[in-house]
Amino acid sequence: MFKNNRSGFYEIEHTADWALKVWAPSAGDLLVQAARGMYTLMGITLKPGEREWREVAISATDLESLLVIFLSELLYLLELDRLGFDQFEVDIKEMDLNAHLVGAPVLTQSKEIKAVTYHNLKITEKVDGLEVTIVFDV
Amino acid sequence: MATLHDFIKISDYEWKIPTSFRSDMRVPVRFFATRQLLESALDDLSIQQAINVTTLPGLVGDVLVMPDMHQGYGFPIGGVAATRYPEGVISPGGIGYDINCGVRLLASSIEYEQAEPYLDKLATLLDHYCPSGVGTKGGWRLDDAELDQVCRLGSRWALKKGLASEQDVRRTEENGNLEGAEPSKISPRAKERGRSQLGTLGAGNHFLEVDVVEHVFDESAAQSMGLQEGCLVLQIHCGSRGFGHQICTDYVQNFQSAVHRYGIQLVDRELVCAPLNSPEGQAYLGAMRSAANYAFANRQLLAHQARKAFEEIFSTRIHNWHLHQVYDIAHNIGKIETHQVEGQSLKVCVHRKGATRAFGPGAPGLPEEYRLIGQPVLVPGSMGTSSWVLLGTQSSMERSFGSTCHGAGRVYSRSKAKREVRGEQLRLQLEQKGIHVRAGSMPGLAEEAPQAYKDVDMVVETVVGAGIARKVARLRPVTVVKG
Repeated sequence: MFKNNRSGFYEIEHTADWALKVWAPSAGDLLVQAARGMYTLMGITLKPGEREWREVAISATDLESLLVIFLSELLYLLELDRLGFDQFEVDIKEMDLNAHLVGAPVLTQSKEIKAVTYHNLKITEKVDGLEVTIVFDV
Repeated sequence: MATLHDFIKISDYEWKIPTSFRSDMRVPVRFFATRQLLESALDDLSIQQAINVTTLPGLVGDVLVMPDMHQGYGFPIGGVAATRYPEGVISPGGIGYDINCGVRLLASSIEYEQAEPYLDKLATLLDHYCPSGVGTKGGWRLDDAELDQVCRLGSRWALKKGLASEQDVRRTEENGNLEGAEPSKISPRAKERGRSQLGTLGAGNHFLEVDVVEHVFDESAAQSMGLQEGCLVLQIHCGSRGFGHQICTDYVQNFQSAVHRYGIQLVDRELVCAPLNSPEGQAYLGAMRSAANYAFANRQLLAHQARKAFEEIFSTRIHNWHLHQVYDIAHNIGKIETHQVEGQSLKVCVHRKGATRAFGPGAPGLPEEYRLIGQPVLVPGSMGTSSWVLLGTQSSMERSFGSTCHGAGRVYSRSKAKREVRGEQLRLQLEQKGIHVRAGSMPGLAEEAPQAYKDVDMVVETVVGAGIARKVARLRPVTVVKG
C-alpha cells in the first residue's frame, strides 16, 4: 500500500505466529514502521511523563539483516529495561545504522514476541519505496 | 505448491512426497497424517516448508512431519529431520527460538471428587506461586557462576539445591542434563536475559494445567507411571524463556555468514545452518544444550512451586497429596542419537521442531521403570480439551527416528481466533464446563481457544494408527493457568 498512504503496516494471517506487511518510501522509514507495527502487535502502551532515550548502532551485510537486528534490539530493550519507543531518528549509510530512540517505560503489554525471524524475508523495491513481510515467533 | 495428487499413499496414516516433486529436494518427505489432516495442511505453508527442509545438506533418511503439523518459520511445526553426524548440518531454526520448550507431567493419588471443592483456590495458588505473563521475572537472581551451573547441570542443579528429587531427575529426558553444554558460547545479552527468568512460565501457549485421568487404556503401563483413573495430575508446558530466544536469535544471525563460508545454498534464510563439526556448529551445539538444560531446570522449579500450592491446599485434607513426576520431555530440540538407517547404525543429529522424542522399549537412556514399556510421551491438547499420555514404540524407532507428535497443532491464525472468540466469553464457557481458569490476558486466552487447534484425539489416533506411539491414558482438564 503506497500512493497517499506512503508508509504503514498491517497484520497478515499466519497459522501459529504473527506476520506483518510493512511499506515505506525509504529504508530508515521501513525500519521505523516495522518497529511501530511490532509494538502494535504486542499491545504496547507507554507510561506518560518522564521520557527515556537510547542510542543504537548496528552494522550488517544487507538490509534484511539490519531490519532483523534492529527489531531484535527493541525486543531486548523491552524485556530487559521494560522500555518502548515512539520517536525514532534512524540514519542508514551503506549498511551502518545509527538510531536515536525516544520512549518511556512500558505501561501495558498484552502479548510477547519471542523473536524476529528471517523466514522468507525479502525487502523488495516498489515504485513508491520498499516493502517487506516479517514473520515473528510468538 | 503441492496438491493431494503429489502425495504417494503408504497407508491410511502415512504419505510421501518423493524427490521427483522438486529438483532441489535431496530426500523425500514423509507425512504421518490421515487424508483429512493432510488436506487441512494444504491450507497453509507447512507442506512447502517441509519440502524446503529436504534441501539441507547432510540429511539422512526422510524428512518427517507429524499429524499436528502447521506452518512455522523455516521448518514447519511438527517437523523432524536427521543429519549425519558429524559432517551434516545443524540448523538453529530447525530447533526453534524456544529451545527445549517441553512438557512435564506430575501425577497424584488425589481423587477428583475430593479435590473438586478446592480447585478454584488451587488455581489461584498455582497462579501465585508460578509467575507467568509477559515480561515476568522469577524469584531467582542468578550471578554468572550460578547461571553457568544451571547451563551445565540442568535439573541436577535443582537437585543440588534441594529443589528436585532423584526421581524427578531420573524421569526427565536425558536426566534433565544434556551433556556438552558450553556456557562460554552464550552471548552476554542472552545471559542477561536468563539471569532473572528461571522459574517463570512465560506467556503465549505456555500453561499449567491440572487434569483428571479420565480413562486408562493400558493399566499396566499406567501403573508403572503412577497414573490412576479419577485422580489429579499436573502438566507444565514452557521452555527456556528469553534465554533460549536470545541464543537462537544470536546464532540465526551468526549463521547468516556461516552458510556463505561453507557454500550452503538456502531456499529460506531461516534455514541457516552450519556443519556440526565446524566451529560455528560446535558453538551452537554448546549454547543450545545450555538453553535446553536451563529449560529442564525451569520446569523443575515450576514443579517445585506447584508442589507448594498442592501442599497448601491438600496437605491438611488428603493423606497422600504428593505430586510425583511421570516424565518431562522436550519438543523443540536437537539431539545426537544413534538410529538404524537402511540397516546401518548411524549417529545423527535429530532436529525435533514441535515433535516429541518417543523411544521404544529397551531404548538407551530410559529409566529402569520404563525400560520395558518405552518412553512416556506427553501430548497436551488445546485448552479445555483432552490431553494424552502415550508411549514410544519399536516402530517409532524404525520409522520416525524415535519421534512422534507433540500436541494438537493450530488451524486458526491468532488474529482469526481473536476475531471469532472473546476471551472473557471463552473463560465463562470453560468455567461452565467445570474448568477453573486464570489468564494474564483475555486476548491471549482467545488466541488459544480450542477451535484454533486441530482435534487432538484425531492427532493421537493418527500416530497410534501409524504405529509411532501407543495409548496409555486420556486426561481431562479441570484447572488452567495461562500467562
